[in-house]
Amino acid sequence: MFLHLEQLARLNLSESERRKILPETEELIEYFNTLSELDTDGTEPLSHTFGLSNVMRSDEVLPSLPAEKITQNAETENGMFTVPISVKNSETEAEDD
Amino acid sequence: MTDYSKFSALELGGMIKKGEATSPEICEYFLNRKDVFNSFISKNGGAVSQAEIIQKRIEKGELTSPLAGVPVAVKDNICTDGINTTCASKMLESFVPPYDATAVKRLKEAGLIILGKTNMDEFAMGSTGETSYYGETLNPFDINRASGGSSGGSAAAVAGGLAPFALGSDTGGSVRMPAAYCGITGLKPTYGAVSRYGLIAYASSFDTIGTLCKNAEDTAALFNIISGKDEKDSTSLKCSKFEIDKNCSLKDKKIGVLPETDINAVCVFSELGAVCEKVDFKLLKYAVPAYYIIACAQASSNLARYDGVRYGHRSKNASSLGELFVNSRTEGFGSEVKKRIMLGNFVLSEGYYDEYYLKALKVKNLLFEEISGLLEKYDFILSPVTVGTAPKLGESLENPLKMYNSDIYNVLANLTGFPAVAVNTGKDENGLPKGVQLIGKALGEKELTEAAYVFERENKNGI
Repeated sequence: MFLHLEQLARLNLSESERRKILPETEELIEYFNTLSELDTDGTEPLSHTFGLSNVMRSDEVLPSLPAEKITQNAETENGMFTVPISVKNSETEAEDD
Repeated sequence: MTDYSKFSALELGGMIKKGEATSPEICEYFLNRKDVFNSFISKNGGAVSQAEIIQKRIEKGELTSPLAGVPVAVKDNICTDGINTTCASKMLESFVPPYDATAVKRLKEAGLIILGKTNMDEFAMGSTGETSYYGETLNPFDINRASGGSSGGSAAAVAGGLAPFALGSDTGGSVRMPAAYCGITGLKPTYGAVSRYGLIAYASSFDTIGTLCKNAEDTAALFNIISGKDEKDSTSLKCSKFEIDKNCSLKDKKIGVLPETDINAVCVFSELGAVCEKVDFKLLKYAVPAYYIIACAQASSNLARYDGVRYGHRSKNASSLGELFVNSRTEGFGSEVKKRIMLGNFVLSEGYYDEYYLKALKVKNLLFEEISGLLEKYDFILSPVTVGTAPKLGESLENPLKMYNSDIYNVLANLTGFPAVAVNTGKDENGLPKGVQLIGKALGEKELTEAAYVFERENKNGI
């Protein structure tokens, strides 16, 4: 289960991290189970407490941030974010994700 | 040289308006203060030159805010255009936001100057100020003790005289807890009262930008600047601007008092004319598990954006896209963040979603009904901020469940969205500050800060 959670989280913990975090996680899940003491049949789940819904704006094009600013924290090439090759074709030796 | 740390933010603003001090002098003073509490991650090197421009505009009458020219510290999870914003994490060590958070934009428009970015628990996940990639923040009242978290840097800076006031963020008590531990006033506004645009997300249905100030007057003044509807945040609400009525009174105000509240504080409120009644809150023990299930779930979703591609730490050790994601995240996040992300994935995963996340949202509804009912009967709810005072450094990290449980009174306001203010009530036998909190009605920040103002004025044991 724990390794499945690491995969979902896209993490790869070290053995020492697993030794620390696994028992803490188990203890917390056990603690979460106290909610089963409450009868919530007939109670709706509540996401937003003050009744806002479907807050819309008019469909008009407005200025946004310039691309140079948005990409300033990334590795880029010709204004595009770069990543390791992820698509195999006959010309590349890319690995599948 | 004038010791500007002795004055409140409004007093400093008044001195600037009267020509008794200048904004550049005040900014230089605070910039040069030695940060013995590790409360800042970075300082704004351009603050004095920005203050010179602001000073001229004040003298021309262009800036009329009572806080114009006053420097303000900003928690390092709130975006500041061109100024490094790290969330106290290796993941964002080099991140420079391309925009200002709306709250920061409003501060600048009013003529305040960003003094620096304050230390915090990594990605706002913590209650003691000890999970920062940049080291723990120390409590100004005892440097062997924690400042509280996650806005520990902001609280320590204000309490320690390193900043006149500060912004923080409060998702599960992260403004109020450090305010209580450091003896200052901490406001968590109504959810939606302050735009979250530019607040780096932890749990989107709880996150609220809040204020850490020396007193209620500064709190109200700062809140007025940053609050109000913002088109960039669809959960934001319209707020009316207000001034604290200095003739306000708590006479005949009804206050519901939760268990374990400091009896001395209850006595002060009673002496001020409030009618205080004990309240039995049956669902209290379920608040923390409900909070952590929802918070971790939302955190796991919000932190999924950190993949090393568009911003943030990028692993140099990746030969595939999958490895880039995994290694960047594994190298970039600390252990508390990793734990909460995995817990969040657990409660949202197939086979567990209904039992945990959906269940927690239903419990949230029950808690909302109960607190709403209390706030129909009472003007305020009075409770501890937390039981006990600042723990020794390292103590809380040994017992995570105990640390999580220390938030039992704090999370009520986050789960339900109501505003809450922590006020200092004095010191314990070790000389450590202690506080209580008042929870108010939705968008009731005027009444809440007035109650805090009256209490602070009358509380004989205040700092």
